[in-house]
Amino acid sequence: MMFSGLVDWLNELGPRFYRAFIEADRWKLYLQGLGRTLEMMAAALVIGVILGVVVAVVRTAHHQQRAERRRNPLLSILNVVCQVYTTVIRGTPMMVQLLIWTFVIFPNIRDKILVGIIGLGINSGAYVAEIVRGGLMSVDGGQMEAGRSLGLGYLDTMRFIVIPQAFKNILPSLGNEMITLFKDTSLVQAIGGMELVYYAATIGGRTFDYMPPYIGIAVMYLCIVVVLTWLQGKLERRLRQSDRR
Amino acid sequence: MIDVKNLSKSFGKHLVLDDLSQHIHPGEKVVVLGPSGSGKSTFLRCLNLLETPTSGTITFDGVDITAPKCDIDTVRQHMGMVFQHFNLFPNMTIRKNITLAPVRTKKMSQQEADDTATQLLRRVGLEDKADAYPNQLSGGQKQRIAIVRALAMRPKVMLFDEPTSALDPEMVGEVLDVMRQLADEGMTMVVVTHEMGFAREVGSRILFMDGGHILEENRPQEFFAHPQHPRTVEFLSKVL
Repeated sequence: MMFSGLVDWLNELGPRFYRAFIEADRWKLYLQGLGRTLEMMAAALVIGVILGVVVAVVRTAHHQQRAERRRNPLLSILNVVCQVYTTVIRGTPMMVQLLIWTFVIFPNIRDKILVGIIGLGINSGAYVAEIVRGGLMSVDGGQMEAGRSLGLGYLDTMRFIVIPQAFKNILPSLGNEMITLFKDTSLVQAIGGMELVYYAATIGGRTFDYMPPYIGIAVMYLCIVVVLTWLQGKLERRLRQSDRR
Repeated sequence: MIDVKNLSKSFGKHLVLDDLSQHIHPGEKVVVLGPSGSGKSTFLRCLNLLETPTSGTITFDGVDITAPKCDIDTVRQHMGMVFQHFNLFPNMTIRKNITLAPVRTKKMSQQEADDTATQLLRRVGLEDKADAYPNQLSGGQKQRIAIVRALAMRPKVMLFDEPTSALDPEMVGEVLDVMRQLADEGMTMVVVTHEMGFAREVGSRILFMDGGHILEENRPQEFFAHPQHPRTVEFLSKVL
């Protein structure tokens, strides 16, 4: 009895997936959604990394001037701003932040993907900042001293000497952050962003069958994360090779 | 050239330099000796403001570098420094290590800087290492490159912070040879070291420091032959 039930279920599987993916060219919708999802990740990542590096440099610079006699008041103010930013962003749920961006701060923006990019990017920036800060502090202090002793300014020394070396230490954590960010894009569906989950839900609603689209997009997310992880490992291996030169 | 007045430095409550005054003249080779923890490295690092003095003034070429308005980056372009642990930039080739600062500070074009690098590397016998990375070099080679990197800025004075202390004994000679050559060319040098032979041979003046004070200063012959201060006598009896 149970056996025939399983056979029926398996028999239905093909048509169900057919309806969810092939019928009426629905696969195009998934591709469209996936495209928006990847776009969102890329744009949010750019915002996150830029914001993260700036915040990390401000906080590191402030930390390093603490011992000195001269203190830059502007830097102290910036440091406080950065601290508030990381505390608030890291201390509240991503979902709540997205809701606030959509309904409180930008209620007039129609393009919810754009709101999603802003929300995700600013969220990611706070985490990237902490990752980068750790990376900058892992570079031997002698490197900064050597750069400065040659007459290079603080920013030049950071840019040419400290940040490139920190990058290698940062890369694994930054890769993880990128993967988290990629998966977090699915939350944008809740504010009406037309990305992958949105189309899966729509198709599920139209065919009255939610299993195939949701399992389908889960596999898509998984494949992309596996590819990203593989790329990350490859880049790390390449950077490590340059150590042994 | 460098005029130090009433220089004090403390880390928290720990007083490392206690009211030092010194004058370093052009062409002088000042060697700073003393036991570890005596403040000699801190003294040297104050000269280019890698350590900010707690009080006192330092004047370099008529410019008060301890003044809050002083642009320290410009001043440092005229003061070369060599560190105990070399501090070469591991992410760049040797050539890039040497040319980065002259090019970024607009002192030279990339072409001029490359030529200067080649010329200086030839002088220390390492021209074949221009495209190598620091990790491929021995300690002695790294330190010679570090000296070249500082020289590429054409500094008026060179500060050496225990340049041979992190080296294998057999590599000390090659670094001291470069420094000796530099001294013969008339470079103004301030050297913190434990190499007594070098101090005696190359130094034009010895400062002996302990407990944040300069206890004794003299020409090398007198310093080693007739030390005056009991602490100097004790120190020399242990190291010689």
